[in-house]
Amino acid sequence: MAANKESVGRTLLVAFLVCLVCAVVVSTAAVTLRPTQEANRVLDRQINILRAADRYERGINVQEEFDKIERRFVDIETGEYVDMPEDYDQRRASRDDDMSRRLRGDQDIASIRRQAKVAEVYLVLDDEGEVTRLILPMHGYGLWSTMYGFLSLEMDINTIAGVVFYEHGETPGLGGEIDNPRWRANWEGKQLFDDEGRVAFEIIKGSVDSGAQGAEYKVDGLSGATLTANGVTNAVRFWMGDNGFGPYLDRLRSDSAQLN
Amino acid sequence: MAEAKKKDILFQPIFDNNPIALQILGICSALAVTTQMTTTLTMCVALTVVLVFSNFFVSVIRSQIPSSIRIIVQMTIIASLVIVVDQFLRAYAYDISRQLSVFVGLIITNCIVMGRAEAFAMKNPPGVSFIDGLGNALGYSVVLLAVGFARELLGSGSLFGIEIMPLITEGGWYYSNGLMLLPPSAFFLIGLFIWALRAWKPEQVEEEQFKMAPNSRTSDVF
Repeated sequence: MAANKESVGRTLLVAFLVCLVCAVVVSTAAVTLRPTQEANRVLDRQINILRAADRYERGINVQEEFDKIERRFVDIETGEYVDMPEDYDQRRASRDDDMSRRLRGDQDIASIRRQAKVAEVYLVLDDEGEVTRLILPMHGYGLWSTMYGFLSLEMDINTIAGVVFYEHGETPGLGGEIDNPRWRANWEGKQLFDDEGRVAFEIIKGSVDSGAQGAEYKVDGLSGATLTANGVTNAVRFWMGDNGFGPYLDRLRSDSAQLN
Repeated sequence: MAEAKKKDILFQPIFDNNPIALQILGICSALAVTTQMTTTLTMCVALTVVLVFSNFFVSVIRSQIPSSIRIIVQMTIIASLVIVVDQFLRAYAYDISRQLSVFVGLIITNCIVMGRAEAFAMKNPPGVSFIDGLGNALGYSVVLLAVGFARELLGSGSLFGIEIMPLITEGGWYYSNGLMLLPPSAFFLIGLFIWALRAWKPEQVEEEQFKMAPNSRTSDVF
């Protein structure tokens, strides 16, 4: 046996058997663990939406709390609600030629290249079923990575209620501080739009002088993370602007009864 | 006699023949995942599982592996184990696996795993190979945990996410050391670790590759 272990046939046989056994092991693990992984992903997303809505605390029943949030789909161009299948995935759609559009260089301030034609929005409902807050997804390129987050708005469609970034690859301790709850708390109560309806929001270098003019549009910068902060500013400006949720927000502003 | 040898195989890689400190292998992950103790510990466990079982399985089939394809066979076994470990982490430790991101996958290219499979498991029976894998994984873990301890404590003022030294940014007194959060700090820490280890065990110091010649005098030359 051992004498001809170097023969061609034997080599192929060993290679085949090793591959077969490994393939079976790997695929068994992948298939049996998939439901748990999928559940984790969904839960993580829900937690982040709740965080943006300021409804999340450690140990709450996420599912129960999340039932108070309604998911709707918005046509980016017209700002109208549209019906989409339950498993619509905005991120996958933005890679699909038919379901997304290419952004021109001058439009694409958030450096995302393609944008899905239909976006998800989440409406936070109170006990009577009235909408109390709006949660809009946004993403844009920071220093190293695309940052995905949610921005939550009060019903005046101007005041920021909260922000969260749930996926990014920025430098831990520097740009990664966009996760820091204390920094995110600075966003609350800031205004997005100036009197002429342009997005005036920005993250500045250094800290905001609360008495200065325009302080209501400005959030403290993160030291050592100017480029990440610029990326966040651009993402907010893009998604709240005319190429993002602009038409949708205009529609809501003109008639807030159109929410539902 | 055999017992004593097993003990050596298990404990020698921790300080006497440490894979990171003496053989300078597996530095990549030591730089990348050691900003927090939780991720560091998870990485150590993941590497331990992969190393122990890759050593074991390679050793089990070592007499069947044709030498012409032995490296690729080892790689296949290692890669499969890494994928299984990664899948488990995603299912049961979702947050941590997201922080570790690609570095679990990169265990495949960790030189320690390949090195032990080729150097030890190909020549020794499964039981001893298993212990050798465990010993080397412990050696790796000791260095990683030491680096992770220093980096999280000095960089974030906490350990395992529990606040030890309250940061100025959180209203405390400790001004965190930003360098500790960046990969280069792990180089310094591993350097200091190696320095301390070699001061304690001078026999680990390599011989100099070049020796300075003594001053020569003209009278010696002619």
